[in-house]
Amino acid sequence: MDAIIILQAGVATGTVLLFATIGELFAERSGVLNLGVEGMMLIGAMTAFSITIATGNPWIGVCMAMLAAGLLSQIHAFITITLLADQVVSGLALTFVGTGISLVLGEGLSKAGTVALLPSFSIPVLAQIPLLGAIFFTKQSILVYIGYLLTPLAWYYINRTRGGLHLRAVGEYPAAADALGLNVFRTRYFYVFVGGMLAGLAGATISLAVAPGWFSELTTGGQGWIAVGLVIFAQWDPLRAAGGSYIFGALRRLILDIQGPTILLGFKNPFYYNPYWGFFLQMLPYAFTVLVLVIGSREAIRKRLGAPAALGEPYIRGERGL
Amino acid sequence: MKFSSHSEWFARLIDALLPVFAALAALAVGAVMLLLLKADPLEAYRALLEGAFGSTNAFAETLVKATPLLLVGLGICISFRGDVINIGGEGQMIVGAIFATWVGLTFTDWPGWLVISLSMLAGFLGGAIWGGIPGYLKAYLNVNEILSTVMMNAIAVQLMNFLLRGPMIDPSQAQLASKIPQTARLLELFRLPRLVPTRLHLGALIAVVLAILVYYLLWRTIWGYRIRAVGQNPHASRYAGIKVQHYVVLALLLGGAFSGLAGAVQVFGVNYRMITDGSASGFTGSAGFNGIVAALFGQLHPIWSIPASILFGALLVGANSMQRAVQVPSALVTALNGLVVVFVVSSEIWRRRRQRHRLSLAAEMTGPSDPNNLPIQAVQTDE
Repeated sequence: MDAIIILQAGVATGTVLLFATIGELFAERSGVLNLGVEGMMLIGAMTAFSITIATGNPWIGVCMAMLAAGLLSQIHAFITITLLADQVVSGLALTFVGTGISLVLGEGLSKAGTVALLPSFSIPVLAQIPLLGAIFFTKQSILVYIGYLLTPLAWYYINRTRGGLHLRAVGEYPAAADALGLNVFRTRYFYVFVGGMLAGLAGATISLAVAPGWFSELTTGGQGWIAVGLVIFAQWDPLRAAGGSYIFGALRRLILDIQGPTILLGFKNPFYYNPYWGFFLQMLPYAFTVLVLVIGSREAIRKRLGAPAALGEPYIRGERGL
Repeated sequence: MKFSSHSEWFARLIDALLPVFAALAALAVGAVMLLLLKADPLEAYRALLEGAFGSTNAFAETLVKATPLLLVGLGICISFRGDVINIGGEGQMIVGAIFATWVGLTFTDWPGWLVISLSMLAGFLGGAIWGGIPGYLKAYLNVNEILSTVMMNAIAVQLMNFLLRGPMIDPSQAQLASKIPQTARLLELFRLPRLVPTRLHLGALIAVVLAILVYYLLWRTIWGYRIRAVGQNPHASRYAGIKVQHYVVLALLLGGAFSGLAGAVQVFGVNYRMITDGSASGFTGSAGFNGIVAALFGQLHPIWSIPASILFGALLVGANSMQRAVQVPSALVTALNGLVVVFVVSSEIWRRRRQRHRLSLAAEMTGPSDPNNLPIQAVQTDE
């Protein structure tokens, strides 16, 4: 059990959460809570895997996964933005729909064998950096590197560009944004779509890079929900979202790897000799998420930070309130 | 009232029928999906209906599947009415079942009726604990209950996997190499009695009685009133002297308790032991989620949740016949359930529009009051 190998794999695992979390962050910043991340990720993972099998080209698989999950997210957008329905219930329904469709279309995919995966490579100079080079820049999937680029870009876009300003305005005070001539509805549709595409990318990251294959619901194993939780922990900030995602990724890897060796830190490894103690380890990511939620919520109260003011509220033109 | 009682009656009828339209719309979309999968939708739905209602046994099976949906759904009615979104039905069912099974396997020399009653209570308690934790976190630490209940589901699954492979494993399995993760079988004395010569058991009757009790609780007791008040407007409730945090905890605690009971009933009425395939749905059959769908379909009303649960029980049972008849995976029903909710929640807008229309008519007559300012929730019909 080599710490560097675990962290290296943890970064790859965390990339899944990173895409899903930043996607959800965009949707929530525009004022739309989408609880359907798990369903959209499953659709993405299934689409990426089956399209790659059919075409032999993983890039087509990734694109179709993003498109499929993006389209699914538009159901939620229509129900909540146009029909003004409850975002929580609609998001739950989206999880059911996404899970059901991916299970039906993914039937038999688990026996489909191996597919062409996305390329992995080391970055020439950066890989030489001691420690960090081995963890972040050695033999990672190209999607991991895309994740490194996405994080600062998302932060810059939200905080330093006109488009990001509009996004925040729509999420914080849609009536004012509307009065300024922004199209609140179109903006929200767009960012829900962005969120869907990134959730699809997260799914594709699982099935084509991190844990290749299709294992029905277990493909995502609740990571979509963890991503929604991480958005709260991140206080709607992409940089914190990335940090949280990589920590979670490393934790997931550690839990997988800790049960392997017979000797752990010089002691007989209890998780090796009593395999069923391992189930307590598997609780950890979820227990940790609850803890993270507690920390995030307390911090929000203390610093008076918090969710975009209009999060979860449908915008009705000409009505008082937000 | 100026508007005629006739049109009023018609509007209410349409409101009541909205879920039916929603279900039909979902089935229509399902038919398109079946066509895309190159299956004959009529043949598929015929097989589904026959599988669910075609014989006494089929109908009994539908009711057996509907029972946990109703029990979970009753908890959902309470939680959601209190504006607490409880997604933790799966975990609460599991913990309730663990508690109940422990009682059933421990007090083997006690009389049957006593052990059954204690087990059901233990299930209720287990679910209450598992729902109460996120309730406490929400009320006192401001933790989002949707996410914490989902996480509690995952934790409960691993707890079950641990117990059924470790301390609670069937002693006869513990000696075998295979070590199937299951508990010992309950004594025949401790099983919920069957009602007719089918698999239908007493749990179904318990669920219906409880539905009436939950109706009574929500609309005829001070606790129920306060849960609903807090759900509709926590600020006004606090101003009125209600201890909001207590009722947030109570709403999740009771919601969890009914799911826990559902888990207990599943063990004592159907399986007679706990067995795990490593996932939550392996034990619950996803009743913890489908119960939410049933309750939403029943408009979060305990009595209407009874027919709603039977409908979704029928879908679950019928899905297997459909799979056999047209070779379409039964997971299609998961998508159908989601679509039903999609259409139910989408149709809300029509109800709200009409309600607003009625309100503005009423306001014109009673004097100046901006109907846009009235919270929509506050005027929803309280039976």
